[in-house]
Amino acid sequence: MGVMKRVSTIFKAKANKQLDKLEDPRETLDYSYQTQLELLQKVRRGVADVATSRKRVELQMNQVQQTSDKLDRQARDSLAAGREDLAREALTRKAGVQSQLTDLQSQYASLQGEEEKLTAASQRLQAKVDAFRVRKETIKATYTAAEATTRINEVFTGISEEMSDVGLAIQRAEDKTEQMKARAGAIDELMASGALTDALGGPPPDDIQAELDRMGAGHSIDDELARMKAEIAGGGAPKEITGSSGQADPSVAQPSGTSFQKEQPGSGGA
Amino acid sequence: MIIRIMGEGQFRLDDSEADELNKLDVALEHAVEQNDEAAFGSALHALLEKARAVGTALPADAIEPSQLILPGEDATIEEVRDLLADGGLIPG
Repeated sequence: MGVMKRVSTIFKAKANKQLDKLEDPRETLDYSYQTQLELLQKVRRGVADVATSRKRVELQMNQVQQTSDKLDRQARDSLAAGREDLAREALTRKAGVQSQLTDLQSQYASLQGEEEKLTAASQRLQAKVDAFRVRKETIKATYTAAEATTRINEVFTGISEEMSDVGLAIQRAEDKTEQMKARAGAIDELMASGALTDALGGPPPDDIQAELDRMGAGHSIDDELARMKAEIAGGGAPKEITGSSGQADPSVAQPSGTSFQKEQPGSGGA
Repeated sequence: MIIRIMGEGQFRLDDSEADELNKLDVALEHAVEQNDEAAFGSALHALLEKARAVGTALPADAIEPSQLILPGEDATIEEVRDLLADGGLIPG
């Protein structure tokens, strides 16, 4: 029968079932109006909840960014002090923090999308509820049993369809905010314990992915180390370690498994 | 003919568009049955694009039942299956 028709049939069957519950169609209209007002409240609360979650994620993004900046500074300071091993450690942590940040950014975008959708749904529902109230009063004022059934059926089915749609949207948004709350809570705890940099994103990835990540992170960290060294060297007071010509081409010292191996000062590699 | 895109609103379409929409809908249904996520995504997208292109949005205060109801753009196969499963997902 096709997806479109089946969904529509299910929505209609649901409306009809409610319509059959009450004997006088006029009661149905009043009862439905009450339900609409409740749903309107619910969708507004939904918008507020999503906004709260979004703000919380925003706050965490700022905190994580600060951590990242701090690690970056520490890496620079370590290099300036001739401690490349410390700098490497700081940059490794920074890579982890950056992946948290990317994750938070996508959560933020998703919540923002949800908020926009619910806001639009809330406005549509408000407009329909207002229109429904007017039509309800008109139908009741001019009520004759014969013609009312058709008109009431139509308006009731129409509004009931909208309510089902909005109800589903609220459920989706609630599910999403619940997930976000759980994750945000976890990050807050990590922040409080100072262990954020150990978190590196939840469940352990599979072995191959872990190795790939390690290699990828190793390379970019080496690149970043080289950049910092160059900056510090160019920025005056070059340290003896960083001044060695051996680090001119950092990429040659990177066979896959050894990317975390410390370079010996002045060893020159290759 | 009035159709609803869930989460988006209602559109009025000329009845002559029904055939074209039904063709796209058959592809969508097939993708759900085959549990083919990629085919589902493109079929749903094509169907929604078509509906929006040939339809005119109903004003927000219109209260009319829809002849056809389409899942929203970001719906998953799982959600559509739940939707079709005797309306188990529909609240209220």
